[in-house]
Amino acid sequence: MHIPDGFINGSTSLGAGIAAAGGIGAGLRHAGKRLADRQIPLAGLAAAFIFAAQMINFPVAVGTSGHLIGGGLAAVLLGPWLASVVLAVVVGVQALIFADGGVSALGLNIINMAIVAPWTAWFIYRGLRALLPRTQRAVAVAAGVAAAFSVEIAALGFVGEYAIGGTGGAPVPTVLIAMGGVHALIGIGEGLITGAIVAAVLAARPDIVAGAADLLDPAASPPRRLGRFVLAGVGAALLVAAFLSPFANSNPDGLQRVAEDKGFVETAQTSPVDEGSPLAGYKAGGDGVIATAVAGVLGVGITFGIGYGVVRLSRRTKAQR
Amino acid sequence: MSGFHTHALYRHEHSALHGLPSQVKIVSLVLFVGAVVATPRDVLWPFAIHAALLIVAVSIARIPFSFMAKRLVIELPFVLFAVLMPFIGTGERTTVLGVSLSIAGLWGAWTILVKGTLGLGASVLMAATTEIPDILEGFERLRFPKLVTAIAGFMVRYLDVIIGELRRMRVAMTARGYDPSWIGQAGPIASSAGSLFVRSYERGERVHRAMLARGYTGAMPVFERVTVSARDWLTGMAIPGLAWVVAIVSWVVR
Repeated sequence: MHIPDGFINGSTSLGAGIAAAGGIGAGLRHAGKRLADRQIPLAGLAAAFIFAAQMINFPVAVGTSGHLIGGGLAAVLLGPWLASVVLAVVVGVQALIFADGGVSALGLNIINMAIVAPWTAWFIYRGLRALLPRTQRAVAVAAGVAAAFSVEIAALGFVGEYAIGGTGGAPVPTVLIAMGGVHALIGIGEGLITGAIVAAVLAARPDIVAGAADLLDPAASPPRRLGRFVLAGVGAALLVAAFLSPFANSNPDGLQRVAEDKGFVETAQTSPVDEGSPLAGYKAGGDGVIATAVAGVLGVGITFGIGYGVVRLSRRTKAQR
Repeated sequence: MSGFHTHALYRHEHSALHGLPSQVKIVSLVLFVGAVVATPRDVLWPFAIHAALLIVAVSIARIPFSFMAKRLVIELPFVLFAVLMPFIGTGERTTVLGVSLSIAGLWGAWTILVKGTLGLGASVLMAATTEIPDILEGFERLRFPKLVTAIAGFMVRYLDVIIGELRRMRVAMTARGYDPSWIGQAGPIASSAGSLFVRSYERGERVHRAMLARGYTGAMPVFERVTVSARDWLTGMAIPGLAWVVAIVSWVVR
């Protein structure tokens, strides 16, 4: 998900850079209060851990593998403010020292991976925590589901950026379905692994999981009264959906507009490559409404799958101990 | 701050580019990539000049082209995406060797390939000529928030330690018959990652206590002051400056 230079046009990249700087600046102010100097080595080690965790490949389906993005994991382990700072450091180091992700696209990559991913994960996590019992297993399940959705939302963030300033000729709905489909699968893996990692950390050192502080200290604000987080999470999801669907239908590229008379849906369907492509299955309808419905069904399926998987995994790790 | 003087992308040489202060190189990199991204994609000659400028910089740095080529492999996933674009693109189509290709898709593929490769090449060149502590100090001298550079400093300093630990866990798991080919194996992957986090965190706590014991007060000591002369800035800005001239001229004459 590391966008290279030239993928998104200059003005969009510049705007994203300014927005990312603002977001991370806010993160620094909030995290800085809590950080003092004590936590700087911890944050640095957490960043190194996230970098290493992104090297962990897991099987997505037969023959393919994905790797962790770590947005949900960082949010639950470190809290969302510090998570966004740490993830921004990871993304920045990857771009500037390891040449992974374009320098001009740094703002875009920070928005997707260091702001959108941890914050959506955090809102979903808090929402689920408010609904679930106050147990370690519930924390792991909530973290897993939140991480899964955060990957999908971060992928949609990319599609949104592509819709605004993509320099490619690929139609936005095709990109939406391809990115959404692939990241739905990656999200399942991310969710399972995140839930199990959180379960493993909780079993060893429950005191260092920032998102589960309420488990140890009954006096700490219980997430139960945070029903508004559920509302905020649902609201955010709806907003994203509402904002993305017009993008999906708009025709942002100048060159595309020249040939507007040719509907992109027909072209996309008759393209010879699509017939054989593994992504072809995702665009069964091709039509916007059907695609949305398919995405919805996929989403529900993913939720159930992850919830079931995380519960099974945490059960298994417990049984092993 | 010993022990972390090289990294995979760094190549030790004695050249004008290696000797340039790191903040000059950072600004130069950002400006060069900015010029490449800002160049209109439908004129071809500016990109030839950008590429020539990059090649000049690579030769000044005495970095072998084979080294650069190997590092550019990281781009492959996006190259694949770019190759697909002419097929899935929309709008007017053209026929090349009997295959129908989208013109917009071809432009998209061209943009990603040329701008992505030039940007990546410039980043690889900076990483090849600058050691990690220098890059971080460069950001500090550019007045980046101390918190960010401090976190990044700890991150890169302990990256090899954490990755080494991960590698040893992998070896231990493989020796015990671990085979990550089906989803049921997610359990062991996750529990090893979980213990990796606990180990990283506890190492962070130990590092902090060790620092306090050595008189850490919240700020890292600065060992040497690097002074940047106007000549350094002029040298560093020559190539990105030319790239911007090219970018602006190409907009005017288009």
